[in-house]
Amino acid sequence: MSRGAETKAQSERRFTWRVTIVAGLLLMAAGSLLARAVYLQVLNKDFLNQQADARHLRTEKISAHRGSITDRNGEPLAISSPVDSVWANPSELAPAIDNVSKLADALGVDADVLVRRITRSMGKQFVYLKRHLSPEQAANVMSLKLPGVNVQREYRRYYPAGEVVGHIVGFTDIDDEGQEGLELAYNHWLTGESGAKRVLKDRLGRSIENVESIRPPRHGRDLRSSIDLRVQYIAYRELKSAIQQHHAESGSIVVLDVKTGEVLAMVNQPTYNPNDRSQYSAERYRNRAITDIFEPGSSIKPLVVAAALESGRFDATSSVDTSPGYVVVGPKKIEDHHNLGRISLGTILARSSNVGVTKVAMALEPEQLWQTMSNFGLGSLTESGFPGESAGMLTHFSNWQMISQATLAYGYGVSVTPLQLAQAYATIGNHGLSEPTSLIALDQEPPHKRIISAKTADAVEAMLQGVVRPGGTGTKAKIPGYKVAGKTGTAWKFAAGGYSKDKYISIFAGLVPASSPRLAVVVVIDEPSGDLYYGSDVAAPVFANVMTESLRLMALPPDDLPESGSGRIMQAMSK
Amino acid sequence: MQLSDTQRIVDHNARPLGAASRLLRRLHLDGPLLIGLLLIISFGLVVLYSAVGANMQLWVGQCMRLGVALIAMVIIAQLPPSFMRRWTPWGYLLGLGLLVLVLTGGEVGKGAQRWLDLGVRFQPSEIMKLAVPMMAAWYLHERTLPPRFSQLLVLGVIIVLPTVLIARQPDLGTALLIGVSGILVVLLAGLSFRLILAFGLAAVPGAFILWNFMKDYQRQRVLTLLDPDSDPLGAGYNIIQSKIAIGSGGLFGKGWTNGSQAQLEFLPERNTDFIFAVMGEELGLLGLLSLLVLYVFIVGRGLHIAIQAGDSFSRLVAGSISLTFFVYVFVNTAMVTGLVPVVGVPLPLVSFGGTSMVTLLVGFGILMSIQTHRKLLPQ
Repeated sequence: MSRGAETKAQSERRFTWRVTIVAGLLLMAAGSLLARAVYLQVLNKDFLNQQADARHLRTEKISAHRGSITDRNGEPLAISSPVDSVWANPSELAPAIDNVSKLADALGVDADVLVRRITRSMGKQFVYLKRHLSPEQAANVMSLKLPGVNVQREYRRYYPAGEVVGHIVGFTDIDDEGQEGLELAYNHWLTGESGAKRVLKDRLGRSIENVESIRPPRHGRDLRSSIDLRVQYIAYRELKSAIQQHHAESGSIVVLDVKTGEVLAMVNQPTYNPNDRSQYSAERYRNRAITDIFEPGSSIKPLVVAAALESGRFDATSSVDTSPGYVVVGPKKIEDHHNLGRISLGTILARSSNVGVTKVAMALEPEQLWQTMSNFGLGSLTESGFPGESAGMLTHFSNWQMISQATLAYGYGVSVTPLQLAQAYATIGNHGLSEPTSLIALDQEPPHKRIISAKTADAVEAMLQGVVRPGGTGTKAKIPGYKVAGKTGTAWKFAAGGYSKDKYISIFAGLVPASSPRLAVVVVIDEPSGDLYYGSDVAAPVFANVMTESLRLMALPPDDLPESGSGRIMQAMSK
Repeated sequence: MQLSDTQRIVDHNARPLGAASRLLRRLHLDGPLLIGLLLIISFGLVVLYSAVGANMQLWVGQCMRLGVALIAMVIIAQLPPSFMRRWTPWGYLLGLGLLVLVLTGGEVGKGAQRWLDLGVRFQPSEIMKLAVPMMAAWYLHERTLPPRFSQLLVLGVIIVLPTVLIARQPDLGTALLIGVSGILVVLLAGLSFRLILAFGLAAVPGAFILWNFMKDYQRQRVLTLLDPDSDPLGAGYNIIQSKIAIGSGGLFGKGWTNGSQAQLEFLPERNTDFIFAVMGEELGLLGLLSLLVLYVFIVGRGLHIAIQAGDSFSRLVAGSISLTFFVYVFVNTAMVTGLVPVVGVPLPLVSFGGTSMVTLLVGFGILMSIQTHRKLLPQ
């Protein structure tokens, strides 16, 4: 028993000793753990802290919205509204591919298409699932909480005035970069500069919270265009109805402010709605008033008369004998409808005599004629800055043959854009001073350039009033209450192989109110295919319709009220 | 010795007993151990709340499981060690039987057969965590110590058989820890240091031979475990994120529920195996130190109970349970801090999960039973 007790005591001691050793080892293990913790948390803290930041702190882009475009009175023409684009990291989304039908529903796309898009981009880190969703739709998608699915704020362009200003404003692509029109020409001005912020992100790349702003976004600057939406709309409506009425191919109207060169309205047919990308074809979105050229026909005659007055060989009272109603220049016989006899320069314009204007032009030095045409802006850009602008065509006089000088006089062998023609007429209306054209609203009058003397300009302008008076070719351009100066034009279209005999361009170019012109207007109707095709019948009424309404809207005072009527108003005002 | 034993009991009885102490004695609970456990459990619940991302449902569920585990502990504490000793062989055999059942018809989860559904779903390997050291202690308690070589062979079978069965599931981590708990009994029983040294020396050439027999991909796996930075997106991912979490916590941490690594889900398994990293990130070195002190206190109290135990079965069982507990703590924390390769072991009493919690607290129930039934043992 005592031996057993001793053994037991021995074993108890041995056990205690062993436990002590083990406890020592245990403390060593605990010590090593502690040392490790100190190593990580004290000695390596800075490095590991930086590593932690590198994992969850990200710099994120803050999208800047594009500046808006308005008309000259602040009516919106192009505005940006926030939309959300949903994108995915395919390799992160792949494990949740079973939920793809739910995702497809939320995105509003076909599930098969979506699966194909994801699987095709398997090796990539980024694929758009759907762009430009409304913020509510995007929130629905995100509430599915699928891995690797993210949303990105973007701005989508919206054009409240639709096709009325489509050609002026142009459009942007899906990345908000200007592609046409003012959107392209002023892309740099309109584009903002995205900002940056630091955000907290979790392992799946979802933003948890904003930490700080690094750089605020600089939103794009707004652009006030020179367009007056009211006039633009009237021009749009009248052109559209004229094109339909005369079964025409296309057409343009340009309205310029004579004093500043600002484009108040510029419309074309056919047109397009910039909100509908399916309508984007060059045929429709081309701004013909700036990009397309045509032979001006008789509408160029006032410029020839101006050159004649400037030369000193003619004055306002000069007359020209047009008998016997035709003239032969080289191989070509140039005719009038009737034999008009000896007529004044004013009658040449009023009756649009080809013979008269040819004789005038042939009496001038080629250089002198060319110089005046060139000064009016023919053959050079108007500096509107609009993308795709055409300079038209004016052959240098050194390359002229005799016939060139004759045909130029009645508007063949030379091409202009509607805008160029409007600018030339504005110069006549502005007492011989030319203003650079502008699609942007101006705060002050631009520097102008003298093209012809005020005396010449005013004389030509007075003659142009005769065109609209009874006996002239432009009587259908008459506007009640206002004096009108203008010129009709009808040109055969040049097609392959020569001039077509049944395709015309009808033109009317005019200035109102004629006693002190404020607006220069050009109406061009291409290929009217109804019974009427003369500029006097097709283009002149359009001019009258547009201006009748526009003058009232712009509150320009009438200058052609009957004497008695204005007398009564004066009396009423004096009381 | 007889005298000193009596003396000790007398001393014990002579201490004035407060109402709390009387209640503890009646419930057969050990005061210091209970306080230590409750402190760790409370601390753990606070950290867990943050680690589950403030998910009240998960957190309350864990509280309920803790309640069940504490009740199990109290019930076990009522059973006298002699009773447990008598039933040890049957428990061990039952465990072995269940392990065989698992291998033949267990449920498959995450590529391994670990679960058995007998009305309640549970892992039979949990029984073995306690049954193996108890069986080893049962085999040794009547024999003179240190054990002879032939007895060591029997012990080897007792330990290796369940270890191999569990490893076949496969659950290598649990198998190794159960093996360790058995070996700890043998060590405490008095394996001569010469033998220990011999085993240790034999391990070196053994590892070398094993290395030569391994296939290339297996070697690569070992190398990755040793150097996680060589595979930062694969095997090394967990440990790199964990080291960053702990290190960026610094002395005082980023604040409770404010750990970026943990809350933004960079840290994997943040409420189970890697909860120690959550604590390190949010509560800093101070938090880790507090937890370690509590663990060391509990293990120390367990060893104290083992030394004071009246018979060798109790001594061996108490010693093994305490030390195994510490091995769990050490393997988890050393893994999370990047001291040892990643093995899937939860942090005892803190990690989310119910089964291991019950096993652990049943183990502490046995410790309490050993401590509080001492004077009733025959001398």
